[in-house]
Amino acid sequence: MSMMLAWSITVAQILLGLAMACATFRMLWGPRAQDRVVGFDTLYVNAMLLLLAFGIRSGSALYFESALIVGLLGFVSTVALAKFLLRGEVIE
Amino acid sequence: MNEVTDVPALAMILTATLLPGGAAVTLIGSVGLLRFRGFYQRVHAPTLGTTLGTVCVTTASMIYFSALGTRPVLHELLVIVFVATTTPITLMVLVRAALFRDQAENERGPRGEK
Repeated sequence: MSMMLAWSITVAQILLGLAMACATFRMLWGPRAQDRVVGFDTLYVNAMLLLLAFGIRSGSALYFESALIVGLLGFVSTVALAKFLLRGEVIE
Repeated sequence: MNEVTDVPALAMILTATLLPGGAAVTLIGSVGLLRFRGFYQRVHAPTLGTTLGTVCVTTASMIYFSALGTRPVLHELLVIVFVATTTPITLMVLVRAALFRDQAENERGPRGEK
């Protein structure tokens, strides 16, 4: 029974890793700057979900804290990048 | 690979269903990000991962840790609330920036994709 959960966590980690690879591809080869920013946004959300999957596997709550921090900092950085694309500077 | 601790069967089945389901939905959203043409189509696809994928994965985590600690663990709700709040803000600001850049380029003369 516990093997089933272990395998399902492994499958989820592989799927999330593939999703991160797609987002990384879009971030590196995106034709324009806004495509790269969307790729980065997707990348950090996927990384957050991957950290939650790691937390279920290891059974410790520490991964949850890091997932929360990744979510917070990713949001702030995406908004800062969008502001930079809009105005040319972040804080005016 | 660490060994997973034993929890009750119902919680284990729910976790084992919700976690790969959320991961699969997230992967579908990211493949959409990879394959759609044009920025304004592409910006729609990852929201699949940030809404349904996040809700599924965090619910799986909540169920597993509640069964592991034999008490309700609800702090994963923070992630759901936070992601559901910030995703529309992010995408709205980003699309506004893209629209501004497209208009600025069209005034100078069109080049590149729309």
